[in-house]
Amino acid sequence: MEPLAIPLGHFLSVAAVLFTLGVLGIFLNRKNVIVILMSVELMLLAVNLNLVAFSAHLGDMVGQVFAMFVLTVAAAEAAIGLAILVAHFRNRGTVAVEDISLMKG
Amino acid sequence: MLIQYIAFYVFAAVVVASAFMVIAARNPVHSVLFLILAFFNSAGLFVLAGAEFLAMTLVIVYVGGVAVLFLFVVMMLDINFVRLRQGFMQYLPVGAMLGAVLLVELLLVVGAMTIKPDIEALAAPMPPVERQSNTHALGELLYTRYMYPFQVAGMVLLAAMIGAIVLTFRVRTGVCKQNISAQVARRRADAVEMKKVVPRAGVSGGL
Repeated sequence: MEPLAIPLGHFLSVAAVLFTLGVLGIFLNRKNVIVILMSVELMLLAVNLNLVAFSAHLGDMVGQVFAMFVLTVAAAEAAIGLAILVAHFRNRGTVAVEDISLMKG
Repeated sequence: MLIQYIAFYVFAAVVVASAFMVIAARNPVHSVLFLILAFFNSAGLFVLAGAEFLAMTLVIVYVGGVAVLFLFVVMMLDINFVRLRQGFMQYLPVGAMLGAVLLVELLLVVGAMTIKPDIEALAAPMPPVERQSNTHALGELLYTRYMYPFQVAGMVLLAAMIGAIVLTFRVRTGVCKQNISAQVARRRADAVEMKKVVPRAGVSGGL
């Protein structure tokens, strides 16, 4: 088991900042669905960074296996999200979040 | 050792800066390009952490797939982005406050966290790099012990693919399309009709 050359806390701090920026992106761009989807991708990237950092620190491969699954889900989520976006834009001609109110949720 | 620190801080700084630009850029095309930059640099961070295979996967899947998908959608849809920017400043104070609180909380957790010192029961100890590469070790784990989760991940991707096709598929009316199966299935009886033609009376049979 070989620990990281960089302290674990550094990696976790970068991931924390990245995750916060993702949350902030969702809050600030409340009208643009595309930027919200990109913010979700950023948050998943931060999660992956955490998983890989812990995996390297502990010398355990399972973290990287799990990061791989997170990567899969992120790709599927992006594809479905953008497909819904395209379908919605075709029907309504807009991607503003406040106009997506057909279901009155 | 020093070069690793320098690389880490350069990658980390660029990741954070480009993640900030993703949410702050006026033009969503620029946002996507900064997202690509963030992915590239976090692949660098992955390499520093010793996860080469995941770093390459990140470049291929995220940069080659997801980010290009975003780019296509942003460029294909004719969206009025100026209207979408309205209200950015309105949400800035409460958003910045919430973000600051979240960041402080996360950093407190990171600072206060310790790993149990006598941890010994690792699920899958990482083999030394001299003996087995990262890709080899990951594959050995993924194709044996995590076979079923791996298959389920494949099913998730298949479902996403079919879902995306179904969602964006539309039947277009008013276009002339070639129907190959109808052409192939055509028989002589459907196409040719034999007529008994009376001489000097025409096809209508001299009615």
